[in-house]
Amino acid sequence: MNPREFEYHSPTSLKETVATLEKYKGEAKILAGGQSLIPLMKLRLVAPAHVVDIGRVRGLSYIRRESGFISIGAMTRMSEIESSELIAASLPILRDCASEIADPLVRNMGTIGGNVSHADPTNDMPAVMVATRSQFEAVGPKGRRSLSATTFFKDTFTTELLEEEVLSEIRIPTARYKDGAYVKLERQAGDFGIAGVAASLTLGKDGQCKECGIALTGVGPTVIRALRSEEKITGGRVGASSVESAAELAAEDSQPVADLRGTVEYKREMVGVLTKRALSLALKRTRARLR
Amino acid sequence: MTVRVSAIVNGNQVEEEVEPRTLLVSLIRDKLGLTGTHVGCDTTNCGACAVIMNGRAVKSCTVLAVQADGAELTTIEGIGTTDQLDPVQFAFWEKHGLQCGFCTPGMIVTACQLLKDNPEPTETEIRRALSGNLCRCTGYVKIIDSVKYASKLKKRGATSFRVEQRRLSEKPTWSGGPGDNP
Repeated sequence: MNPREFEYHSPTSLKETVATLEKYKGEAKILAGGQSLIPLMKLRLVAPAHVVDIGRVRGLSYIRRESGFISIGAMTRMSEIESSELIAASLPILRDCASEIADPLVRNMGTIGGNVSHADPTNDMPAVMVATRSQFEAVGPKGRRSLSATTFFKDTFTTELLEEEVLSEIRIPTARYKDGAYVKLERQAGDFGIAGVAASLTLGKDGQCKECGIALTGVGPTVIRALRSEEKITGGRVGASSVESAAELAAEDSQPVADLRGTVEYKREMVGVLTKRALSLALKRTRARLR
Repeated sequence: MTVRVSAIVNGNQVEEEVEPRTLLVSLIRDKLGLTGTHVGCDTTNCGACAVIMNGRAVKSCTVLAVQADGAELTTIEGIGTTDQLDPVQFAFWEKHGLQCGFCTPGMIVTACQLLKDNPEPTETEIRRALSGNLCRCTGYVKIIDSVKYASKLKKRGATSFRVEQRRLSEKPTWSGGPGDNP
């Protein structure tokens, strides 16, 4: 199976990337690691006339500690995130997620920028981005702009990015929403998840929850922010009863559709179970760190 | 329109003109004639097409040939030959880590990368590392045994094995086959 014919572009800078995207606006698709785009092109579900490979753009692959956040270059591979000591130590939620995406061979090619901007509802990174209140740096003809993960994901395969914009960096806060976890249920290794839940917390010294982010994978047209669950957890002590109600609300707020991975009822049930697990693990990690 | 792709494949510099839509696995099999790399599912599931690109195992059916421009690639042909089997290949033979053999090149390529990064993996680590490689014959038990054995062989300092030696020194380790029934 080959993709349909296309014209190939391999810019070496962001500026050149944006110029190419502008020139072929509406006909171009960005190629990062290609682990979602190439299968779609092979199945002829998409057939862009122009493919802009950002794999040759210099300086898009890094994981850096900055003041209050960790910045990750858009072309950073999932396997690099999975094996990063900095990520393991400061953002276990991201490690949970990166190490559960597809399989190791796919993670050796697949990039965080691609996973985020592809915006497949079953992609795992968007939920982590929303739950951690991450920011995305995009570069376009008018320069840079910063986009918030909570408003970035518009619909299936649709984000706030303009056609002539490219995602260059992801910024994940480390001071707030610090302790989190991502849990996912799969039918089999490497399959798209049945459902996934990302949860992150900021606990005050008094043990009260100051901030909470919860987001759901694979149970709606795009990632779902479980706003009512967040509100349930925020402002009080996180205990069995609040976790239970947050899980019930997340199950209610999910919008699954029945497919070969399960019925609507089953998926809702699983969202509840996974929400409990994600919150419990996030809490366990917070307590371990504060001890 | 074609694009020029130059890469180092199994230590040899190669240069080919390809269409941009050419997949890496097509370059390897059809242009370079290295047919040890297999096309299984052609949909990023099975891992039979695994090759090592710049030190990382990837699914060559889901990489454009042009993405490998300037890369260093190792295919199963670069892992070992019948005169010089890699310890991983020898271990798959010795421990019967294959039946039909179709998935084996991908299994071995992936196992080689695992053992390079992590010379003494636990069973869980082996299972995780091979989770992107499907085998429809063995049920994986023998494959896991093979990777464990390869790890042991490498730890003992083994670098390569000759098929002929193995054949000459081989003694039947089984009895009671159909022909032996009294």
